Amino acid sequence: MTYTSYADLGGRPGYGPVRPEDETTVFHAPWEPRAFALTLAMGATGAWNLDMARAARETLADYDRLPYYGIWLRALERLLQERGLLQPEEIAAGRALHPPGALPRVLAAGNVAAVLAKGAPTRRPVASEARFVVGQQVRARYGKVPHHTRLPGYVQGKQGTIERVLGGHVFADTQAQGLGEQPQWLYTVAFEGVELWGDAAYGGLRVSVDAWEPYLELA
Amino acid sequence: MSLDEHERSALAQMDVRVRALETVLAQKGYIDPAALDELIETYQTRIGPRNGARVVARAWADPEYRQWLLNDATAAIASLGFCGRQGEHMVAVENTSTQHNLVVCTLCSCYPWPVLGLPPTWYKSAAYRSRAVKDPRGVLSEFGVQLAAQTQIRVWDSTAEVRYLVLPQRPAGSATLDEAALAALVTRDSMIGTGFALEPGAHAK
Repeated sequence: MTYTSYADLGGRPGYGPVRPEDETTVFHAPWEPRAFALTLAMGATGAWNLDMARAARETLADYDRLPYYGIWLRALERLLQERGLLQPEEIAAGRALHPPGALPRVLAAGNVAAVLAKGAPTRRPVASEARFVVGQQVRARYGKVPHHTRLPGYVQGKQGTIERVLGGHVFADTQAQGLGEQPQWLYTVAFEGVELWGDAAYGGLRVSVDAWEPYLELA
Repeated sequence: MSLDEHERSALAQMDVRVRALETVLAQKGYIDPAALDELIETYQTRIGPRNGARVVARAWADPEYRQWLLNDATAAIASLGFCGRQGEHMVAVENTSTQHNLVVCTLCSCYPWPVLGLPPTWYKSAAYRSRAVKDPRGVLSEFGVQLAAQTQIRVWDSTAEVRYLVLPQRPAGSATLDEAALAALVTRDSMIGTGFALEPGAHAK
């Protein structure tokens, strides 16, 4: 089984300059806020979780050609279709042609503020002790895995330092695959620039990622 | 900026597609269109970077609050009424004269919504996500920001569900200002690390 993410961009060349933007601009076209809100509202139904949504987005073959909310929209259609909640011909027709599927819940306007304020905390108890302590040297797992994961390519195989123990958190890898929360210890691991980029690194650069325990081995 | 014919047509297609999807999902009873309006209204008017600016201003004005923010950002930020979606687990990182912090999400677009609102386009762009971890000085120069050569740069890649807020340095000449005046100096970019707080009398670009 292969799994290809097109979203793992850290350190990749060729994307050109960053274009700053004033802070009052939230959306750029009328369809963007609707695509955004549709995604949140459908996410709130419980038909899938956030890690499944990330997996649906990052594996879109045209990921790097779509505008950001276009990625969200395409992934939303895909999540709905994979679960039999929507058929492609219904989008083309612009109206429902098949009976609805069952959803755990529907987000009502009156509940929006409460649902946003509650969020979806991922802290969980973990039965085992944390394997690593602050200051320890660890090496990040190397190589592809056949599912959604949150260990960026640019730190894979690299040695870093445990800087913070962030507690037990829902494990994105299993959550994305529908295998449950399986909480794992989460750590902030800091890497020296030179470890990541070799001679291309300038002095005084450190980069950290937040990594679940299964991503790490003692160095 | 004028859009060329191709862009216009792409926009029109997206518009049609989103409308179609919303109509179908509403007919199926999966969504309440009024909830969509409420979500949009919330992030256009109530949840945005002015929230984070209040947090920063409080931290500048109140040393005990600053310490609380650095020790337990989730609780300190919640005490001002900002909490929930995409800010469930917060960490605040402080810029000093020797270290500058920069936040990115190389894998998607993770961003502390309760304090900063929705991320700007550049934060989600391939250009920022690819370069922030490797060439932060180059990225900062595109924001007109130059750091001293000896300043250490610390980049935080938000790869899990912890969200990061940069506590920028308090600008010179702000000693006599109250919290509301301080908050007006705090830009969104200064809380991501792609800018500095404004000096009194300056205006955001």
